Amino acid sequence: MIRLEGVTKRYGDTVAVDDLTLEVPSGEVCVLIGPSGCGKTTTLRMINRLVEPTSGRIEVDGSDIMSASAVELRRHIGYAIQSVGLFPHLTVAGNIATVPKLLGWKRERIERRVAELLDLVGLDPAEYGTKYPRQLSGGEAQRIGVARALAADPPLLLMDEPFGAVDPLTRERLQAEFARIQRELRKTVIFVTHDVDEAIRLADRVALMRDGRLQQYETPEALIDHPANKFVHDFMGADRALKRLGRVSVDDVMRAEAPMIRDSDAEDIMRAACGSMRFVYVVDAEGVLLGWMDCVDVAGGVHPDEAITRIAWREAAVQSGSSLKEALSLMLALGFRSVAVVDGRGALLGEIGLADIESTMTAGDSHMAQPTEESAGEESS
Amino acid sequence: MTAGAETSTPRRAWRGFAVAAVAAAAFAWLVMQQGLWERWLGALFPAEAKPIYPSATLAQLAWEHLVIVGISSGLTLLVGLPLGVWVTRESGRDFHDIVAAAVDFGQTFPPIAVLAIMMPILGFGLWPAVVALFLYGLFPVVSNTVAGLEAVPVDALDAARGVGMGKVRILFAIELPLATRVIMAGIRTSVSINIGTATVAAAVGAGGLGDPIIGGIQVQNPAYVLEGALTAALLAVLADRLLAQTEGLLVPSHL
Repeated sequence: MIRLEGVTKRYGDTVAVDDLTLEVPSGEVCVLIGPSGCGKTTTLRMINRLVEPTSGRIEVDGSDIMSASAVELRRHIGYAIQSVGLFPHLTVAGNIATVPKLLGWKRERIERRVAELLDLVGLDPAEYGTKYPRQLSGGEAQRIGVARALAADPPLLLMDEPFGAVDPLTRERLQAEFARIQRELRKTVIFVTHDVDEAIRLADRVALMRDGRLQQYETPEALIDHPANKFVHDFMGADRALKRLGRVSVDDVMRAEAPMIRDSDAEDIMRAACGSMRFVYVVDAEGVLLGWMDCVDVAGGVHPDEAITRIAWREAAVQSGSSLKEALSLMLALGFRSVAVVDGRGALLGEIGLADIESTMTAGDSHMAQPTEESAGEESS
Repeated sequence: MTAGAETSTPRRAWRGFAVAAVAAAAFAWLVMQQGLWERWLGALFPAEAKPIYPSATLAQLAWEHLVIVGISSGLTLLVGLPLGVWVTRESGRDFHDIVAAAVDFGQTFPPIAVLAIMMPILGFGLWPAVVALFLYGLFPVVSNTVAGLEAVPVDALDAARGVGMGKVRILFAIELPLATRVIMAGIRTSVSINIGTATVAAAVGAGGLGDPIIGGIQVQNPAYVLEGALTAALLAVLADRLLAQTEGLLVPSHL
């Protein structure tokens, strides 16, 4: 748990952070957001003492961060930044091993850990371990940055726009992966961004700042539905309903029993699979989505093989971990009323329809209000 | 910390270094061939009765030269590198401009004038020459050390601090490795100009390859001049190659 109590940072006459009080429960993601110069990065950097507060008190797990040396403190707090800051003269493995080496881990343990982390961030250890930072793409470098921050398994992670320097597509993929990793590791994370959608997607709670002052500290839902003032209202933007969709994962809404056939199936099995359906998905022997078969055509006498439309799954399906917003966007783009959900290698997991999204939005208010009640409960305890 | 970098040093760098080492051995052999030089220079300058400098063998002169260069360049590095590091630290940042101006002045001040000034203080011989060359060579070492350290990416430094490296560790594990190429370029420049300039040391009786040059001018024997100048030039090229290959070993190829 992290507690900031009346924290202020002044640079001469300018107040960068003004009397900030904030509490982040263990295992939660707190996103600091606000316009440039609102003090979010300064706040983050005060937690690992890269910036020393002018006044106030910061506690990590109950102990004042000023009570031990800054260097020692930082070794137990993961740190990932927008510019990544990989060390150009060290290999990827050497970069990830930085903190474990500082902590004096044994060589085999470090090697094991590096491989584990590369796996975790979705990069092949054999291929990437010996690469140098300048051989990496922007997205790969940011993954390594996150892996380095996680290296010594710190309970607390500070991330300053860690996905800021990549293209939007890569950013979405990295966000989905971060969400997955966080579900697994349950770190306490302070995450700085200026991207509202990113905040809504990743945060358990959002701290919206302006001119060094905290405007509101709430769950994304509460921020959207009950903005504390006009600034919060305007900052969250006009597309509230869409932003809410950004909070819900397709995995929570999809129907897992999508009708499907294998492309190797016999003709009569293909026909039988249609039933009263308008179309069924077609997968290969590994379950990877190949396309769909038009049942109306089949019923009209077309040979099943001829009725199959083949597509690239990356373009016509949403990946597990995506938000309803992305699913809706894909449906609109393709002009379909439903869309397939696949895993990272394209295997069909299920299907999500426009009707599912609608019902989530209406009846689903309770569905989405849930985290609010939970965190409200934790706050009072 | 640089284990990864070292293992990546390609075989090519070692081969280059071996070639330079063989060249150095060849040079050593060459300066010891007193008779050979006498024949060459005699063929080039048939008018001269004595085509080779008689007061000392070429090997002796080259050795003296190496000693002068070695001591002065050694001092230059010993003082220049820490000085360059210091003015980029918090504690020395205020002195950055003064030091830059001072080393700049050291290089623009003619070494021959330094010799003249130092002679009354340090007397005749090796030491005034060492002081003059030391001051003269300081500029490229200090300025390149500063430039190299200042060119280290800010984000790498921020990350290094953020993950909990101390200042000393950041200097040795991050900053110096990343600045090595630029620093080495400064050292190469410094040593090269030192080898050439060290010929003036003969003016204060420090010996070296300047002896036959100055002697040759005095007795109007161009063969002596060529003997000293050619050897000094070869030595400068050789030293530069050796340092370049050392750089290849120190700096991983991917930087």
